Amino acid sequence: MADKIIKKADLPALLSRLLDHYRVYAPVRHQGMTNFEKISAADQVDLSHVNTTLSPKSLMLPQSESMFQFTSMKTVDQRGILREIEKDYSPRVIFAIRPCDAKSFQLLDLNFDTPSYRDPWWLGQRQSTTLVGLGCNQPCNTCFCTSVGSGPFSADGLDLLLIDAGDEFAIQTRTEKGKELLIKTSVESEGSEATANAVLARQESSLKAFNSTVYTENLKRHDVKALFDGDFWDELHFACINCGVCTFVCPTCWCFDIQDEVHKGNGIRLRNWDSCMFPLFTLHGSGHNPRAQKLQRLRQRFMHKLKYFVDKYDRGVACVGCGRCVQQCPVNIDIRHVFRLMNDLGA
Amino acid sequence: MENPYLPYPARIDSVVTETEDRNLKTFKLVFLNSEDRGKFIHRAGQFAELSVAGKGEIPIGIASSPTEQGYLLFTVNQVGVVTGALHQMEAGDTIGVRGPLGNWYPWERMEGKNVVIIGGGFAFTTLRASIIYMLHPENRSRFGDITVIYGARTPGMLLYKDELAAWNERDDIRMHITVDAADDPDWKYNVGFVPTITQEAAPSAKEAYALICGPPIMIKFTLPILSELGFPPERIIMSLEMRMKCGIGMCGRCNIGTEYVCKDGPVFDLAHMSRLPNEY
Ligand SMILES: Cc1cc2nc3c(=O)[nH]c(=O)nc-3n(C[C@H](O)[C@H](O)[C@H](O)COP(=O)(O)OP(=O)(O)OC[C@H]3O[C@@H](n4cnc5c(N)ncnc54)[C@H](O)[C@@H]3O)c2cc1C
Ligand code: SF4
Ligand code: SF4
Ligand code: FES
Repeated sequence: MADKIIKKADLPALLSRLLDHYRVYAPVRHQGMTNFEKISAADQVDLSHVNTTLSPKSLMLPQSESMFQFTSMKTVDQRGILREIEKDYSPRVIFAIRPCDAKSFQLLDLNFDTPSYRDPWWLGQRQSTTLVGLGCNQPCNTCFCTSVGSGPFSADGLDLLLIDAGDEFAIQTRTEKGKELLIKTSVESEGSEATANAVLARQESSLKAFNSTVYTENLKRHDVKALFDGDFWDELHFACINCGVCTFVCPTCWCFDIQDEVHKGNGIRLRNWDSCMFPLFTLHGSGHNPRAQKLQRLRQRFMHKLKYFVDKYDRGVACVGCGRCVQQCPVNIDIRHVFRLMNDLGA
Repeated sequence: MENPYLPYPARIDSVVTETEDRNLKTFKLVFLNSEDRGKFIHRAGQFAELSVAGKGEIPIGIASSPTEQGYLLFTVNQVGVVTGALHQMEAGDTIGVRGPLGNWYPWERMEGKNVVIIGGGFAFTTLRASIIYMLHPENRSRFGDITVIYGARTPGMLLYKDELAAWNERDDIRMHITVDAADDPDWKYNVGFVPTITQEAAPSAKEAYALICGPPIMIKFTLPILSELGFPPERIIMSLEMRMKCGIGMCGRCNIGTEYVCKDGPVFDLAHMSRLPNEY
């Protein structure tokens, strides 16, 4: 049931009001690709995409993030001591994020916000952000969110969900943060019975348009070593070129590296996205590498998503079914196929 | 909120070259800010990330025992960028320490039990911490017999030589020091590989735990001997190594199956390890 509505014609005005109160990130089209960018005017936003080429994870976990600064100048007595860096965590909106991508943040919370350690930069980004979702009236043929605990109109992890209902967007409010956004931007019109019916019709037709299903029900009970030793890895890994594209586009791949950089006596410690597909990822200083082989690296990616994560957190698979890796793998390795192989093990 | 990535600044108090190849040095560190001392409370078996600004961070086992107060010891083998930079540093230089990290040897479970310590090469660091800890007058009565089997390639490659000699004189710890080959005519300890010496020493498995840490080849040949001696896998305790960055279970690189070696380890018993994929 929609709480509020906004006329499509009023969307630019809404975005302008958002810009008065928040830093706003929204889908922007550049050179044939749509991705999330910081906007400064309503007309930059483009909602004609199915989903963004890159996932919005860089908004929570930047591809490169400075962690600390230091000086290595001999004359300074603070030499070699790391200091924290001021960050801008003023209120921010991510506008028109898809439900699958919003769910990915919840899964990554399990890694970054734990009982023993809390990642300060992840928390800073999460806490400063209001997530305004946009439901998917038209899934693409690689989408399978409905099989992995999300769905085209799932509001899990969102503060507000917009649903395109023809001439207007129906708005579902999920959290206090969402309510606050509506108040700040004076969104007051109530939805009518007609809105509700239009939403229902969109939900039905969208669900019918899904043509990918994966099965996960056996993953938990399969023995981890039996999956690890599965004979299918050999054939599966053959074509992989270890380019790492699948991990970079994936909203639920979070692995990172930490590096220091120094320029003219001033240094920063950075964290950068990394990938389990790269041989250096696990190379010891001694030369030993537990995942020296391509097969081991490909297996790690899928075992992590579909088995280790499942066993560790009991919150389902570390995949939200966005289909990006399926679309962008240069050699057509398809995680939907891997789901089948792993779920059907021994069947 | 504490930032778990921010190292405590520390001063290098002294540097001792341990081995004849000069490739292993022990660094004694003192926290620059005294309040950080109270925050760093470790147990034997844990590690820390040592941070050299501009070079990076490395996980290193804490070689000092919690009973040695006011400083921390780390013994570092020179292999690459950060260890190389550390080896260039001197007393008075500033570095960072982040931790303590990871789990520890199962001191709760080992209470009242006999303890057999088996180490090889430079992986003796947290085992030294453990021995010092158990030998401390306040703790010695909490453990039964203590047996140590420690080997290196040559006499000159053994760590902590003075302490080894001192322990050898005591009657509340049984020492089996060995080398692969001795060039020193005055060598008064064993010659032979750690697995062989373990077999000869034949420590009883009764009410006993084995802590084993060393190069893969030593572990591979020692484990079957421990099984023969009757040690069940639950009482064979190992410390694992994987390439690490964050040290707090977040960067995703050090996993063996479901377990992050940095946070869920580095200490695992053999029963637990045998349930994990064999990828380390
Ligand atoms: C729990 C644990 C305890 C350890 N204790 C000791 C010890 O007491 N003494 C000692 O000399 N060594 C120890 N090591 C190994 C030590 O961490 C590596 O030798 C060191 O990280 C190599 O760093 P580098 O920059 O010189 O090498 P490079 O090859 O230049 O490595 C680049 C980076 O990769 C990572 N890395 C490389 N090799 C390893 C490795 N084997 N383990 C973890 N991270 C690695 C580090 O972040 C390192 O900075 C331990 C490792 C672990 C996991
Ligand atoms: S995108 Fe495809 S080829 Fe590239 S690393 Fe991933 S699975 Fe391998
Ligand atoms: S594994 Fe593929 S389908 Fe699943 S969330 Fe990542 S990119 Fe999307
Ligand atoms: S070192 Fe980062 S997860 Fe273990």
